Amino acid sequence: MNCKKQLMVAAIENGTVIDHIPSEKLFAVVNLLHLDRMTSAVTIGYNLESQELGKKSIIKMADKFFTDDELNQLAVICPNLTLCIIRDYEIVEKRTVTLPSELRGIVRCANPKCITNNEPMKTLFHIHDHNALKCHYCNTIINLDDVQLVNNK
Amino acid sequence: MEQKSLVTIADHSREKIEYLIQMAQEFECHPNRRLLEGKVVATLFFEPSTRTRLSFETAANRLGARVIGFADPKVTSGTKGETLKDTIMMVSNYADIIVMRHYLEGAARYASEIAPVPIVNAGDGANQHPSQTMLDLYSIYKTQGRLDDLDIFLVGDLKYGRTVHSMLTAMHHFNPTFHFIAPEELAMPEMYKKFCREHGIRYVEHTDFNAEVISGADILYMTRVQRERFTDLMEYERVKDRYLLKLDMLSKARPNMKILHPLPRVNEIEYSIDENPHAYYFEQAHNGLFARQALLCDALGITLEDVKNDKTIID
Repeated sequence: MNCKKQLMVAAIENGTVIDHIPSEKLFAVVNLLHLDRMTSAVTIGYNLESQELGKKSIIKMADKFFTDDELNQLAVICPNLTLCIIRDYEIVEKRTVTLPSELRGIVRCANPKCITNNEPMKTLFHIHDHNALKCHYCNTIINLDDVQLVNNK
Repeated sequence: MEQKSLVTIADHSREKIEYLIQMAQEFECHPNRRLLEGKVVATLFFEPSTRTRLSFETAANRLGARVIGFADPKVTSGTKGETLKDTIMMVSNYADIIVMRHYLEGAARYASEIAPVPIVNAGDGANQHPSQTMLDLYSIYKTQGRLDDLDIFLVGDLKYGRTVHSMLTAMHHFNPTFHFIAPEELAMPEMYKKFCREHGIRYVEHTDFNAEVISGADILYMTRVQRERFTDLMEYERVKDRYLLKLDMLSKARPNMKILHPLPRVNEIEYSIDENPHAYYFEQAHNGLFARQALLCDALGITLEDVKNDKTIID
């Protein structure tokens, strides 16, 4: 089983591996990290068997290392991600993501009458009661399960 | 002088609210001054609101400022697709302070972040309307002699009414007891009830509205039950008259009880109540002038001390 997985998603020499992505969240992660703009090798495994998640996805990015801030943004869409930093084929660091206290330019406000949906500007959200976000501008509260990301092309 | 925008009353501490009330009292004693002589106040009303605009413009004029602005968004470049940011940056070149009303929620917060001059929020959609809250607090203080330990009864549309939400947020400094009187469809939202619980504010909910229910009120704050809020119009027809305040319902009222209403009134208070000593809504609107004079001066960095020592009073 392990062997088969390794064939599907090849090991990388140096870079970052994001594992345990719920498959329905994969493309949100791809967008959030702007993987479409990367020039180094990216391997994406989609709908892999997982005992914990049923279907999981995995992303391996060669020669790419993110800042803590970039990675912590991911907690908005998948709070239980595992990240591995790879150097010379070895995992040198394993970490989880933690939700930052504020999120700028990542989450779209659910209120159509919010100024952020009507002006060319960045959204800003603060963490509210651990499992929700509050819009800095219109005070709308969004449950983390219902978060929509901005379309930041 | 420190200039500061006013976006929401929630930014203000108890001390700041009391400070602004003192300043409003000064203006009530002497509303006509040349304190803002040489200043230009811009009133940008991206959404029409005659009452609020006239009140702010009167406040500015009575303090000697010049007023520019627009009352009808159709005449602005917003209709040509100009962003709020561009309008605000442009007007900041001309005016010392901007009073703005906007139909989008969060517009005032955003404007305050980009403008080099202070912004006073005159209402941003269903979000905040701090000058209304300030005049409500001033009216409560004037009629009751204090803000602490009062029984405040909020009636009507408690779900969408931003004035009642702001009132609740601002009064949490003063140990109130609230009574929420509304049809189930327009009941106080859970997040505000949670706010009350978290801040140790007592509240009681009612759906009945009669002499007995309101007998314990110091302040009876009426709001309009709006037809457009209902998905089921039969339901609206059923409840609309249940929240009409009638003269005979005042029979058991406390002697100090005052009736407030943010106006415009449609069908919430019988006209026969207007002459009753409990009625206070027209004086309340008048208090808006003094509250707004205080808010304009505070935003421009003029202190209570400055107002007390002001030598520009015109009698």
